[in-house]
Amino acid sequence: MSSPSVAEVCVVACAEAWRGDGAILASPMGLIPTLGARLARLTFAPDLLLSDGEAYLLAPADPGDPADPGNPASDDTVEGWLPYRSVFTMVAAGRRHVMMGAAQIDRYGNQNISCIGDWARPRAQLLGVRGAPGNTINHPTSYWVPRHSRRVFVERVDMVCGIGYDRAARVGAHGIDGHGVDGLSIDGHGAQFHELRVVVTNLAVLDFQTPEHTMRLRSVHPGTSVPDVVVGTGFPLVVPEEVPETRLPTPEELELIRDRLDPNGRRERELA
Amino acid sequence: MTVPVTGNVSVTSKANVTGNAGVTGNASVTSGAVVTSGAKLAGKVMSPDDVVGQLRSGMTIGIGGWGSRRKPMALVRAILRSGLTDLTIVSYGGPDVGLLVSAGRVRRVVCGFVSLDTIALEPHFRLARQSGTIELTELDEGMLHWGLLAAAHRLPFLPIRAGLGSDVPRVNPELLTVRSPYADGEELVAMPALRLDAALVHVNRADERGNGQYLGPDPYFDDLFCLAAARAFVSCERIASTASLLESGPPQSLLINRAMVDGVIEAPRGAHFTSCVPDYGRDEAFQAHYAAAAADPDVWSRFTAEYLAGDEASYQQAVQRFTERQAARV
Repeated sequence: MSSPSVAEVCVVACAEAWRGDGAILASPMGLIPTLGARLARLTFAPDLLLSDGEAYLLAPADPGDPADPGNPASDDTVEGWLPYRSVFTMVAAGRRHVMMGAAQIDRYGNQNISCIGDWARPRAQLLGVRGAPGNTINHPTSYWVPRHSRRVFVERVDMVCGIGYDRAARVGAHGIDGHGVDGLSIDGHGAQFHELRVVVTNLAVLDFQTPEHTMRLRSVHPGTSVPDVVVGTGFPLVVPEEVPETRLPTPEELELIRDRLDPNGRRERELA
Repeated sequence: MTVPVTGNVSVTSKANVTGNAGVTGNASVTSGAVVTSGAKLAGKVMSPDDVVGQLRSGMTIGIGGWGSRRKPMALVRAILRSGLTDLTIVSYGGPDVGLLVSAGRVRRVVCGFVSLDTIALEPHFRLARQSGTIELTELDEGMLHWGLLAAAHRLPFLPIRAGLGSDVPRVNPELLTVRSPYADGEELVAMPALRLDAALVHVNRADERGNGQYLGPDPYFDDLFCLAAARAFVSCERIASTASLLESGPPQSLLINRAMVDGVIEAPRGAHFTSCVPDYGRDEAFQAHYAAAAADPDVWSRFTAEYLAGDEASYQQAVQRFTERQAARV
């Protein structure tokens, strides 16, 4: 078996985001996060729920069935109904961990997918806020950035969609946007469910496990150096003295990725 | 025998159209009365142009479906043929928003996104935002749901966590918070009701009385759009007898009941090019054709001349010719 590609390391790093989550809805945005969530469920996180992106929850094939290598459709047993209205309920109930993309993200994890430039007349209209404000205030959130660069990792995002730790700490304390209205102090109640887990990129895995909840370099992928990541990040990154290498896929994981989950190798194109 | 069907007949039991409705001088939007023949037709069956006759410039109009899925496109195309303008559109936005914006019918969009699903960004919406030609109320998707639910329940607002800490309140300064009166004292966004002057939705089947049935996997929020609106218009792939509805799907597929509905429009392939499963999936080839045309003003003017200059029948015929050309290429 050939050695793992960067895309395959990223799939496993994304899978790791959902380790220990139990029976919650895993909502990956993008191909590599989707492969990661499905890999996690086939290995160390069997209780995860996954949707088809429309309205069904799909279970893996019965473990008692013979394996069906090369057939990605073997994860297509409908086990539940999840129309959008039910997704919103799962979000509010906190039974979900989403991995979203980010056009911009800052050191506290404030994320922008809405637009670039002045919101009133943006230089580039992107996706809109979508569900990012509700996701981040209600349940664990991770991010996937296929091209780690200073254009994405910025000092200030142009429009806060997913909220970072600094904004979350001010929710309830200073009014609706975290820095406006006085006289409504309630000790940050509103952000009690906010939690950012990891940011997986094509270079590294990052998290917020620092005293100030600012972004930290957690591991670098094989072939990437710590300075590569620091140079590609537009704000000061917390860099521990020892930065480990991102865990490599096990032979079993590689086989699942290559033969079952993505036999056509679409994962490589997401990093191209 | 002829039965006159007017909007006034069908809306007498509901609230009058509220707010910002201003009648334009355009003849095509002031012809509310139509005549249909045959005693068999109940009062709610009408044409897409009849629906437009009940709308006015300046109205707030909610459009059902989601992204590029089960959109009432035949009704949207009827608006494109009208003189309606200055509209506020509330939508989980797709090509409905894109087309109305491109034709200059929209003053404000209320949404969390405008997307074609398989093409992430709606090209007309993107251009309109970047050139500053529309106003935007940008909300979290869950906030939009809550605003419709509040309107459907006739509540002034509903509390929600979504939006707290984000820039959604910054760009919507009218949004306020509310504090829980209970011991927790939690501060929440008071999502205001999104009251609609009219709702337009598209389903798979409906009867003449306004009972609407969806046969795909997701109801989206079509029932809430109807209940949030002073007048609701349901287009469908096929008008069926009431008794035959349960031959197509289970009782829970009867999403919309006649108490929510003021007009029923039979519009075969009326969601095209968005999906309307199981009757048809999204027309990806045509959607790609649409998106490519939208990127270039000259190509777009040819697109509108070919597809959108005539009535619904000529649209469907032009699409048929497109599909045949595509097939000939393969």
